[in-house]
Amino acid sequence: MATRLTGALRNLWRAIRRLSGDDGYERYLAHHAAAHPDAPALSRRAWFALQQKQKWSGIKRCC
Amino acid sequence: MKTTIFSLLLWLGVALLGAAAVGGIALNRGESINALWFVTAALCVYAIAYRFYAAWIAATVLCIDETRATPAERLNNGRDFMPTHRWVVFGHHFAAIAGPGPLIGPTLAAQFGYLPGTLWILVGAVLGGCVQDMVTLFFSTRRDGRSLGQMARDELGSIGGIAALVATFLIMIILIAVLGLVVVNAMKHSPWATSTVAATIPIAMLVGLYMYKLRPGRVLEGSALGVILLLLSVAGGGWIDQQAGLRELFDHPGLPLAFAVIFYGFAAAVLPVWLLLAPRDYLSTFMKLGTVILLALAIVWLRPEIKMPALTQFVDGSGPIFGGALFPFVFITIACGAISGFHSLIASGTTPKLLSNERDIRMIGYGGMVLESFVAVMAMIAATVLDPGVYFAINSPAGVVGKTAAEAVATISAWGFPVTVEQMNQLARQMGETTLFARTGGAPSLAVGMASIFGSAFGEHLLALWYHFAIMFEALFILTTLDAGTRVGRFMLQDLLGNLWQPLGRTSWYPSVLFSSAVVVSAWGYFLYIGVIDPNGGVNILWPLFGISNQILAAIALCVATGILVKSGKLRYAWITALPLAWLVVITSTATWQKLSSDDPRIGFLAAANSLSDKLAAGALPPDKAAVAPQLIFNQQLDAALVLFFAALLWLIVLDMLRVCVRHLQGRRVPPLSEAPHYPTRLEEAWQRD
Repeated sequence: MATRLTGALRNLWRAIRRLSGDDGYERYLAHHAAAHPDAPALSRRAWFALQQKQKWSGIKRCC
Repeated sequence: MKTTIFSLLLWLGVALLGAAAVGGIALNRGESINALWFVTAALCVYAIAYRFYAAWIAATVLCIDETRATPAERLNNGRDFMPTHRWVVFGHHFAAIAGPGPLIGPTLAAQFGYLPGTLWILVGAVLGGCVQDMVTLFFSTRRDGRSLGQMARDELGSIGGIAALVATFLIMIILIAVLGLVVVNAMKHSPWATSTVAATIPIAMLVGLYMYKLRPGRVLEGSALGVILLLLSVAGGGWIDQQAGLRELFDHPGLPLAFAVIFYGFAAAVLPVWLLLAPRDYLSTFMKLGTVILLALAIVWLRPEIKMPALTQFVDGSGPIFGGALFPFVFITIACGAISGFHSLIASGTTPKLLSNERDIRMIGYGGMVLESFVAVMAMIAATVLDPGVYFAINSPAGVVGKTAAEAVATISAWGFPVTVEQMNQLARQMGETTLFARTGGAPSLAVGMASIFGSAFGEHLLALWYHFAIMFEALFILTTLDAGTRVGRFMLQDLLGNLWQPLGRTSWYPSVLFSSAVVVSAWGYFLYIGVIDPNGGVNILWPLFGISNQILAAIALCVATGILVKSGKLRYAWITALPLAWLVVITSTATWQKLSSDDPRIGFLAAANSLSDKLAAGALPPDKAAVAPQLIFNQQLDAALVLFFAALLWLIVLDMLRVCVRHLQGRRVPPLSEAPHYPTRLEEAWQRD
């Protein structure tokens, strides 16, 4: 019962992190390791800066 | 067999319940009706439309192919193209499409009574808006995530592409102006609201520094910090309101506040995104989701009574909030809650680049708009739980009902909506405001409605806090839209100017950034300024203008979709987009015609300009009005030219689409379908759907 509850809570926390983009850097690292294993990955700060720049360079919010 | 009978009975039950609820709200002529009827009607209509109509469109009209690789899979670069879990895409898509529009439109349209607006929110969404979002998402997904403008150019020709671009730019200008006006009207002479809204700016910057410098990428930590600070700022605004020396600092009339918003818009657009826009967007998204969920729970739990009648006498066009008869102005006013052209820009922007499988298109495209429409239904409930007298007293501009409180209550009570000065004063005191008369724009009345719903659910003594919480929540995402919109306008302008002189097109060249931002800000700043000095409140001019332009953008998206359907040999199904398109053409053309030719100065722009210049010439205006009259006259003429231009744009692209369709049916040459070739997906084996 207790393990099931912690499991459910962990899943919820994972979902919240995923939805909000909180785990974005970890997922970037995973993608990077899989797709370009030879190139060095961006630092956390450089990745976040690039990601925000890309996110806000088009129509991203509506009425 | 058992499940078939069970599901048959289930859906029959949903259909009967939905029919009863819609019938109940349509035929009720009693004193009041419970809000739960609205929620039930909405949920049943959405469920049936999603289960049957959307599924039919997906399977039969669009022929969604689950085995086909999406652009996210084929072009995966780990950045903008990236296969993403469907609930995450849904979250992003909904956060992008849900803005202040569906909260304001229904609030204003409630002047016709609760029925017309509610019916259009339901019918317009399931047959129009949701279909538009879904097919645009589908067609863009099949075209490597290309934008609406690009699709219009590829499928119809260059006229369509240019029309989409120009319409997008202009609608953005009008939208930002009207949203700025809503914020200004909510802050006017309210130290509490002004100080709270002002506090959201440094709070967002603090969160930006936290997320960018201190703990890069820790979005949840930064947002949690920001949300706590925002709640404190609501309480802090109440404290400032009590301090004799401090409150004067934040007590301003409309015009200085408008200049502050214009200055802010410029500063925000030239600052780096990480400092202000991005962190505030996180905060406004969390606030928006939290408040919408809270409001839904409070409505279901409290089941408030709707006090507005089903129909008011203002269906004839004499309404105080905006002039114009039920047809076509209820459709123009509701706009975003039923059909929003702007969504087609999102559905052909970020979202198609994240889809991991085509089968998610129904849930994200159709389902996302269903949820947006539900937000509009809740806004309608929040507006109509108020006593109609109170609703009209808050939303009617002084130029219509009279400058003093006594005049206003006399006018409104004479309409058959009793209200007293004491009642309004008591309400203002409860909400922590000096006055609630003529607080046009929809935000204060929505906040009063939300505060009274929340107040009775979570404690009456907190009314003033709830009211200012609601104002803060609206201002937060209005400012986000204002900032993001100015930035997009700037990019579009730089793109255009780059053709004239190359350096102006470089988005990172600072002189070009400053120049193009200044142009965009002055464009919307002009309309905001006129809206503030207009004694009739400005909203009655700007909101219909925004509604018309937004519906025209929707018509452009539906034109592209109809053209593609016909060219794909699906003429017999083209009605799914052609019918809503025809309806939009009818309502926008009628609205444009009335705005141009009506003799009633409250409806026709030219009539208003003429009547004002006659009064000015005859010396019939008091000196303060005579001083601004020339500007108002010019603005009315400009607005007339603008709607005429919008209508011309619409007809141009409709005729262009028809030309392409007819040529195709005659077997003559048309631009070929630009659909990307079919590659089978490899995701299903490798990637487990979690």
